[in-house]
Amino acid sequence: MMIDKDEVEYIANLSRISLNEREKDMFVHQLNDILSYIEKLNTLDTKNVKPMAYILKVSNVFREDKLETSIPIQDVLINAPSTKSGFFKVPKVIE
Amino acid sequence: MTYEVVIGLETHAELATVTKLFCGCSTQFGVDPNMQVCPVCLGMPGVLPVMNKKAFEYALKAAVALNCKIDEFTNFDRKSYYYPDLPKNYQVSQNYHNLGADGYLDISVNGVTNRIRIHNVHLEEEAGKLIHPEEVGADYSLVDFNRAGVPLLEIVSYPDMRRVDEVESYMQTLRKILLYTEVSDCKMQEGSLRFEASISLRKKGCDKLGNRVEIKNLNSMKSVLKAIEYETIRQRDVLDRGETVGRETRLWDEVNEKSARMRSKEESQDYRYFPEPDLLPVLIDEKWLRAIKDTIPELPLARRQRFIEGFALSGYDASLLIDEKILADFFEECVKILNRPKAFCNWITNDLLREVKDRKLDIYHLKIKPKQLAALVEIIEKGTISSTIAKEVFSEMIQTGKDPKTVVEEKKLVQISDEGLIEAIITKVISGNPDAVEDYKKGKKNALTFLVGQVMKETKGKANPKMVNELLEKKVRV
Ligand SMILES: [Zn+2]
Repeated sequence: MMIDKDEVEYIANLSRISLNEREKDMFVHQLNDILSYIEKLNTLDTKNVKPMAYILKVSNVFREDKLETSIPIQDVLINAPSTKSGFFKVPKVIE
Repeated sequence: MTYEVVIGLETHAELATVTKLFCGCSTQFGVDPNMQVCPVCLGMPGVLPVMNKKAFEYALKAAVALNCKIDEFTNFDRKSYYYPDLPKNYQVSQNYHNLGADGYLDISVNGVTNRIRIHNVHLEEEAGKLIHPEEVGADYSLVDFNRAGVPLLEIVSYPDMRRVDEVESYMQTLRKILLYTEVSDCKMQEGSLRFEASISLRKKGCDKLGNRVEIKNLNSMKSVLKAIEYETIRQRDVLDRGETVGRETRLWDEVNEKSARMRSKEESQDYRYFPEPDLLPVLIDEKWLRAIKDTIPELPLARRQRFIEGFALSGYDASLLIDEKILADFFEECVKILNRPKAFCNWITNDLLREVKDRKLDIYHLKIKPKQLAALVEIIEKGTISSTIAKEVFSEMIQTGKDPKTVVEEKKLVQISDEGLIEAIITKVISGNPDAVEDYKKGKKNALTFLVGQVMKETKGKANPKMVNELLEKKVRV
């Protein structure tokens, strides 16, 4: 599998980031390097191996439905570039 | 050309937990913006989610109540998309191993039962809430994360519905099941129950499904039905022109009652689902599943049947009662105290529901209690008050929560059954209305009704109507 410039632009768009031409070329190279490295796994026979998403033999970890204190509003908004009356203010979202 | 309409519904229900899915923040509705958030639900770097057991069990309970197959293994996946209401830029949801699959829901339309298959039931987290200011030229949106991370149940039906009445019954039945199992409060006005419809048309007799159109922003059951009707006509016109319906998502405009195409959305492969590494899988053994099954109460259709058979109620009355679980519970409490099912059914489905509607009362916090309604029925039977006066007493009871006896005493409403007293009033009425008496003697039967009315008026409705009738008849015949 090869990644071309269209693919990089497509992924950038999904991630809502803008890339300049130099960056696009750079990512084409980097992503292809990563993919060809991962390709090595295809030389293994995995016909009888189930996909594994979890390496620990642990399951069913829960917490009780118990109320905990939330954090103060000034801490909530402390890193926000822009706020308004307790809200995070973001560029207009067009539906 | 005749077309068949093919409809499927996606339902989202916020689960009735005290805290969010992955953190201890409150899920309470209507609080000031961003007051119920913490590093976990704000998606701060380095935080780890821990699953709320109750939320998981509620989801499991709903899946069982909807007759789903429950796999022993379930896990969670990340659904990636970028939107300002999603702090982590992915939503923890389920894709590869849904909690429940291949269930069904039996609906009833005009007495005919129909089975709608459920594709899957899964658990996910809510997004935050976006507010678009109404001021002209505003170039910003506001984000409130109080809702972010609230446990959300998604129920996906198969496209098994063909008509709006089936859709309506599906929504009502599903809502009732969620309320009966007490997994969600289903308040549509607070957004805790939401529907999205997908609609496609195909030529009658054709097996292949047409391109489906999804409709979002449906704020009430009424708008779901309206949007489906609108979309049916729109697609029919497109097809009649010989064109093809595009696969798209449309937004329903409540005010103008029409839908508009939404900016093109990601395709499902663009969500790049992959197992959520921050959460461990959940294994559901037989014992746990059995314990969950044991918590499922009698469901609405079964309860309706029991009301018809056990209390000799009509199908119509039984449907009215089971419509709201809280009312059916109220009814059963009353019957337990006093075995008069028909009387209680009448009070609840007529007077109680009318008062609730007229006075905009909250049926979940009624002041009147079952034992008080039972006491009211008892004093009517004893003849302490007439059934006309009882309505006045009931109205006072539902407003104040007072016992019927207290209301009767305070308002001096005890029925007059003193023969001498009634006779005295009758004499007065007769002498004041000689024409009516004459009419009656000439054979005009309804003249008596008029005279009875006059006596009741004199006694402010408190005279025992049966006695008034008998005594009057005796008097005027003379
Ligand atoms: Zn939180």
